[in-house]
Amino acid sequence: MSATGIGAAVRRKEDLRFITGKGKYTDDVVRPGETRAVFVRSPHAHAKINSIDVSAARKMPGVVDVLTGKDLATDKIGNLICGWMIHSKDGTPMKMAPHPALAADKVCHVGDAVAVVIAETQAQARDAAEKVKVDYQVMPAVVDPGKAKSGPQIHDVAPKNTIYEWSLGDAKAVDAAFALAKHVTKLDIVNNRLVPNAIEPRVALAEYDAGTDQLTLWNTTQNPHVSRLVIAAFVGMAPEHKLRVIAPDVGGGFGSKIFIYPEEVVCLWAARKVGRPVKWTADRSESFVTDAHGRDHVTHAELALDASGKMLAMRVKTIANLGAYMSTFSSSVPTYLYATLLSGQYDIPQIYCEVDAVYTNTVPVDAYRGAGRPEATFVVERLVEVAARQMDIDPADLRKRNFIKSFPHQTPVIMAYDAGDYNASLKKALELADVKGFNKRKRDAARDGKLRGLGYSTYIEACGIAPSQAVGSLGCGVGLWESAEVRVNPTGSVEVLTGTHAHGQGHETTFAQLVSERLGIPFENVSIVHGDTDKVQFGMGTYGSRSGAVGMSAIVKALDKIEAKAKKVAAHMLEAAEGDIEFKDGKFTVAGTDKSAAWGDVSLNAYIAHKFAGQELEPGLKETSFYDPTNFTFPAGCHICEVEVDRDTGKTEIVNWTAVDDFGTVINPMIVEGQVHGGIAQGIGQALLEGAVYDKDGQLVTGSLMDYCMPHAHDLPSFQVGLTETKSPSNPLGIKGCGEAGAIAAPAAVINAITDAIGNEELGMPATAQTVWAALKRGQPRQAA
Amino acid sequence: MAMTMTGEVQLPASREVVWAKLNDPEVLKACIPGCEELNKTSDTEFQAVAITKIGPVKARFKGKVHLTDLNPPNGYKISGEGDGGVAGFAKGGATVALSEKDGGTLLTYNVEAQIGGKLAQLGQRLVNGAAKKVADDFFRNFAATVAAPEGPVVAV
Repeated sequence: MSATGIGAAVRRKEDLRFITGKGKYTDDVVRPGETRAVFVRSPHAHAKINSIDVSAARKMPGVVDVLTGKDLATDKIGNLICGWMIHSKDGTPMKMAPHPALAADKVCHVGDAVAVVIAETQAQARDAAEKVKVDYQVMPAVVDPGKAKSGPQIHDVAPKNTIYEWSLGDAKAVDAAFALAKHVTKLDIVNNRLVPNAIEPRVALAEYDAGTDQLTLWNTTQNPHVSRLVIAAFVGMAPEHKLRVIAPDVGGGFGSKIFIYPEEVVCLWAARKVGRPVKWTADRSESFVTDAHGRDHVTHAELALDASGKMLAMRVKTIANLGAYMSTFSSSVPTYLYATLLSGQYDIPQIYCEVDAVYTNTVPVDAYRGAGRPEATFVVERLVEVAARQMDIDPADLRKRNFIKSFPHQTPVIMAYDAGDYNASLKKALELADVKGFNKRKRDAARDGKLRGLGYSTYIEACGIAPSQAVGSLGCGVGLWESAEVRVNPTGSVEVLTGTHAHGQGHETTFAQLVSERLGIPFENVSIVHGDTDKVQFGMGTYGSRSGAVGMSAIVKALDKIEAKAKKVAAHMLEAAEGDIEFKDGKFTVAGTDKSAAWGDVSLNAYIAHKFAGQELEPGLKETSFYDPTNFTFPAGCHICEVEVDRDTGKTEIVNWTAVDDFGTVINPMIVEGQVHGGIAQGIGQALLEGAVYDKDGQLVTGSLMDYCMPHAHDLPSFQVGLTETKSPSNPLGIKGCGEAGAIAAPAAVINAITDAIGNEELGMPATAQTVWAALKRGQPRQAA
Repeated sequence: MAMTMTGEVQLPASREVVWAKLNDPEVLKACIPGCEELNKTSDTEFQAVAITKIGPVKARFKGKVHLTDLNPPNGYKISGEGDGGVAGFAKGGATVALSEKDGGTLLTYNVEAQIGGKLAQLGQRLVNGAAKKVADDFFRNFAATVAAPEGPVVAV
């Protein structure tokens, strides 16, 4: 391992500019003649729009134009779409309701945009927006997913507000297995709705060049090419080759910046209409009611076991709240990213899952760090923990008895796990967490009046998203391969163009480490280029912990081609047969001789082309690759959370956290550890602090950071992080992915620990002091089987 | 977002005087904090414009106010709905009851209101605090007016 190669804890290249305020985010981009857009949004959760009067707003100082949903319809701008088709049990396709970028006839959630004001300055646009008069006819709203089917119908296409009623698995086989069970554990679970809160709010800046009929969009997106594809092919804004999408530095996404939102569509449309660049920057209040929310499941789950604790079958019924409209990938999250992971790390012969997805008068819900897999892990790991407690089996031991031990393993819910060693990560975690000493710590805590509890989460996730054929067969509208282009300059420095996108992951560092290792060139001589559809030909972006497993695999393939071509050049330079050329540590040698050529000489010769004829070899050194993975990857591990609960106040303190993860090959352990820390922090946020709350009329009452509690540093312990390694066989580097693991594992570990401490399994998230205190007061004994 | 508020205030005047002032648009206009216009459109209806500022949100609300359950001089119900444009909306009402006490009048009120849009996003703590301040200011102004020999007294 070199100092900057694979496995080295290299400091992040990008941090210098981020930490010194030199990052360039979308809002930092300023175009000549730029105007500002402010949206007029619905204060009602559900209402008909009787009329919109923009005449007073138009007369306000600095106003360039005021546009409404009717104007949008007149210009035949298409609706936003959901790109993953799900069919119901009865074979009918999901009920995708029209989602115009500006509502024309009715509004379906608080924050739904009905008009946009374009003005010279932000302040003028805001002032004018106050003059837009909207006459609403307010209608009753529905916000609770459990009541959606009996609530007022939101969209004509979706009776009973039902988008689909989907299932996976063999219901009859599951029923038969349950009939034979000696023990059944049943749980009712609410997976709380979350607001993403990336530190950089969403921004869109659009510019139209009438001379070339070219539109350019600067946008806070995790996948500029997918954004361009949807805006071109479905919204119909412009042909793909006349639309350039640039995603400069992006300050956090967590899924919320995957999706194609109304605002970028409106800015593009308005820029062409007014003939000047149009910029919209969300404020935090706007982010709360427009960024797609996460989670929001209501679930009943049952686990059947035999007398020895062997798992026989699982049965899960979930209602998933998708909000007012179907966001870009919303349909896939509670189905193929959720039910397919219900086997956890366990050999469960039969699983059946039903998912009903419903519309409500709330902000659309879509992928949020983990996307479906945290919800699945929470169901599985709560069931297993409670089953162990009910059967009086040590929770670690019950897990061990049921772990999958041989690979490949076909689960009853589509996934074929290809590699893992679940016992290894459990064993290491038990040691790191000093579980043996827990009983003593518990007694010591009791003397201080504290209730101490221990909770496990042996999670699994499917990452490296994803084999295109596989996701295509499940309804995905796109392929999920990745592209890379490696450009070697004449002086030997290298630019890598990737179709992934970095918004905090550190690709400029890790991808450069790969190139440095493979080509034996200094890390500093490598640049990573991403986030511009004019530079990178196509790519699928970054989400689902895919950039290492899929994105770097594409770079590996392109580097293979570079090496092969460079060997040809070297053979001509060294006057040797191509087959005799060896390449190591940045040097080409002729086998069995002392003849050699340095990397820089070979790259220069590739371009000056003096040593070979054009008929023999093409000049230049640039190669492209598209890599499609052969399978998902399956990161897995064991997190152990230890808490102390104050019995008088219900306040929970996390006193120990141990995470042992198997991410396959690790490129940069420091960055991986950072990803684990961030993921756990988000998972703890969900478990203890965060929860989006709507009142019955559809007003978001946790609509600011005063009422929606994000985790702070003081809410978190120091994490003990360890790694085990089984390489993924489905990509050349053996990478599994690490971006989401913490957020997936953490909530179940926290709730398992608190319920252990307080002796009551009925505990909702977020487990605030008040919630825990109330559970302590209820003091119900554990549910008997 | 729904909110409720109850309170009482002792006024140094007879029920008849208090009742008359409660029905006098000029008095109400002077006492309602931020009220710019209050025009009587019938015996029981008014058109109102008022500026409200809660935290970072400042809005000019335009709306209708109407009086029901009139029971002179014992009380009435005053209701209204206002449109604050991009700030959101507010609607609700207050039951006002007058009783004789200690040679004056005890006014008790019971408010139920709903707000939506940006105002609701501000959160319960801020909105409840702001609403209570509006009510306190109103009754302080009203008490001063009732105590004054004639004409409205503007305190805020």
